[in-house]
Amino acid sequence: MHLGKIMGTCVATVKDPSLLGVKLLLLQPLDEKLKNSGAVIVAADPVGARTGDIVTWVASREASLALLNKFAPVDAAVVGLVDHVGDVDVQIRPSREGEVET
Amino acid sequence: MILAKVLEPVVCSTKDSNFDGKKIFVVQPLDKDLKPNGATFLAFDSNQAGPGDFVIVCREGNGCRQMWGQDQAPVNAVIAGIVDQLN
Repeated sequence: MHLGKIMGTCVATVKDPSLLGVKLLLLQPLDEKLKNSGAVIVAADPVGARTGDIVTWVASREASLALLNKFAPVDAAVVGLVDHVGDVDVQIRPSREGEVET
Repeated sequence: MILAKVLEPVVCSTKDSNFDGKKIFVVQPLDKDLKPNGATFLAFDSNQAGPGDFVIVCREGNGCRQMWGQDQAPVNAVIAGIVDQLN
C-alpha cells in the first residue's frame, strides 16, 4: 500500500464491462513526507475520494479485491481516506463543508 | 519478506470495510546493515509493532491475506513479526 493524492477524475465511456460504475481518478503517488513520488497513475475508487484528498491506495492484484467485481482489470485502487500521517493532519474535508454533494 | 523500520502511523477514518480495527504504518525498507534501502510504503500491523521497531514485512498478496484471515481483503503488505536480533 502507498500514500497518494487525488489530482482529478478520469472519464472513459468505452471500457471493459466489469468497470461499469467504477469511478476512475488521477492519482499522484506520494512518499512518507507527502512529496511526489513517481508519475501520475489512474486508479479505481470504491471509497469516494475527491480531488485534493490524501488517500491510501493498493497496487497489483489486490487492487481489484477492493471493488465489487473481484476480477476487474485494475492494478491500482483507492482503499482509504487519510486523516493523519504521524502527527501531520492532512484531512482537508472540514474546509469543504459548504460544498454541495452531487 | 523484507526487513523494515516502522516510521509513523497513518490514520484513515473512511476505508475499505476489511480494514476496520487494523493499524497502518509507514515502513522504510532496510538492507542487512539496517540502512534505508528503497522507497517507503504502507503496511498493516498484525503484531502490535510501533514506530521505531525493526520488523519483517510480507509483501506478497496471498501470504498477507492468509495472515489477515480474510481471503478477499485488498492487502499486499503486512508486518509479520518484530525483529529481536540479527546475527
